[in-house]
Amino acid sequence: MGLAKRVIPCLDVDNGRVVKGVRFIDIKDAGDPIEVARRYDEQGADEITFLDITASSDDRDTMLHVVEAVASQVFIPLTVGGGIRTTEDIQRMLNAGADKLSINTAAVNNPEFVQQASNQFGSQCIVVAIDAKQVSDDPLKWEVFTHGGRNPTGLDAIEWAKKMAAYGAGEILLTSMDRDGTRDGFDLALTSAISEAVDIPVIASGGVGNLSHLAEGVLKGRADAVLAASIFHFGEHTVAEAKQHMVDRNIEVRL
Amino acid sequence: MSKIVVLDYGSSNLRSVAKALEAVSESKDHVTVSNNKQIIIAADRVVFPGQGAIGQCMQNLKAQALDDVIRECINNKPFLGICLGLQSLMDHSDEDGGIAGLGIIPGKVRRFQSNVRDENSTVFKIPSMGWNQVFQKQVHPLWNGIEDGSRFYFVHSYYVEPKIESDIAGETEYICKYTSVIARDNLFASQFHPEKSQHDGLALLKNFVNWKI
Repeated sequence: MGLAKRVIPCLDVDNGRVVKGVRFIDIKDAGDPIEVARRYDEQGADEITFLDITASSDDRDTMLHVVEAVASQVFIPLTVGGGIRTTEDIQRMLNAGADKLSINTAAVNNPEFVQQASNQFGSQCIVVAIDAKQVSDDPLKWEVFTHGGRNPTGLDAIEWAKKMAAYGAGEILLTSMDRDGTRDGFDLALTSAISEAVDIPVIASGGVGNLSHLAEGVLKGRADAVLAASIFHFGEHTVAEAKQHMVDRNIEVRL
Repeated sequence: MSKIVVLDYGSSNLRSVAKALEAVSESKDHVTVSNNKQIIIAADRVVFPGQGAIGQCMQNLKAQALDDVIRECINNKPFLGICLGLQSLMDHSDEDGGIAGLGIIPGKVRRFQSNVRDENSTVFKIPSMGWNQVFQKQVHPLWNGIEDGSRFYFVHSYYVEPKIESDIAGETEYICKYTSVIARDNLFASQFHPEKSQHDGLALLKNFVNWKI
């Protein structure tokens, strides 16, 4: 008995609308992030992550309204990522009702930003997102990438994770760019390597295609939380089914 | 008519707390976020949410003379502390190189021990982030309708260690067994975040809004 492993559905939001095909029975508007978030909350999601993929910065205020509306109806932790570059961005999202902000490119461009943000707002609300790609087999090595895996940074993923933890990140959201979208399961070697290297919680992301993958993320990847998008979006599985599967594999979850 | 004031010392989770209180109140107009001494003292109920580092919290409280406002409110109205709003009530915290707290509840604030491993030899992460069970140690109106051992959302690296056993209203286990809720007279303070703890968290906040002393 103790702390439960978390299951976190992730929603990609473009200009205020959920994208990448969300399909639910008895839902009026599957593109409405509020309705989708409420559905995941009812299914027992432990947190919800929104990734703002809006291309134009002019449209970013739309995300603020989405967060505000969700936060007045859904009372579980909400994480927002995408386009968080300044402490003003963080302040605005917190005021809208976000609990944690996920920082990716801005951390790579200016690592001190993470330090500054965690000093100002507390490390509990600063999540550093790391997109990693395997660059060597022997020894196993992963490099940090930005811009959806297009831009190499030259940073070793394990060293980067340690640095971000030392700079005050409260948590790491780790995505394998090799597995993202493949439905082949998490990169378990990467996940366990990062989880062992830092003493802050690690959320595994990228590649979930079935419920067994979620359990393996915890059991073999040593992740503290597992994040998935498509297996929940397409109505293949509910969050409740995911948790029941984890219980069957002797993983402690909140039911 | 009940005026609920969320005490604003500059913490980052005020909006979340206010929104959750609005969701459980009869009329949302009664929930105010304020750092104004008169408004806080005139309130029927006060919520003291905290987040971040305790050094900064104590500094902000003192700079705005809110420490005395808290002492006054704790004596005469329902008072709910959340997270750092629990820790700062203690005598002393080990955080930030050692900080004196408000000294309202005798006891200390300690950091979780680092590098402890579980039975699968996985290291316990700090902060403790996520849903953990709270075992009720007092019969209390704020526990009404909430099952013993229910899970609430926690984010913390430090925990309270009260000196007086009767102050303990809830216990949780992570790395060690620790006090996750303190209650005494009209004060109730939790390490977890009821505003982020879905049904049971809202039930607790509703109990607070309806708490008659």
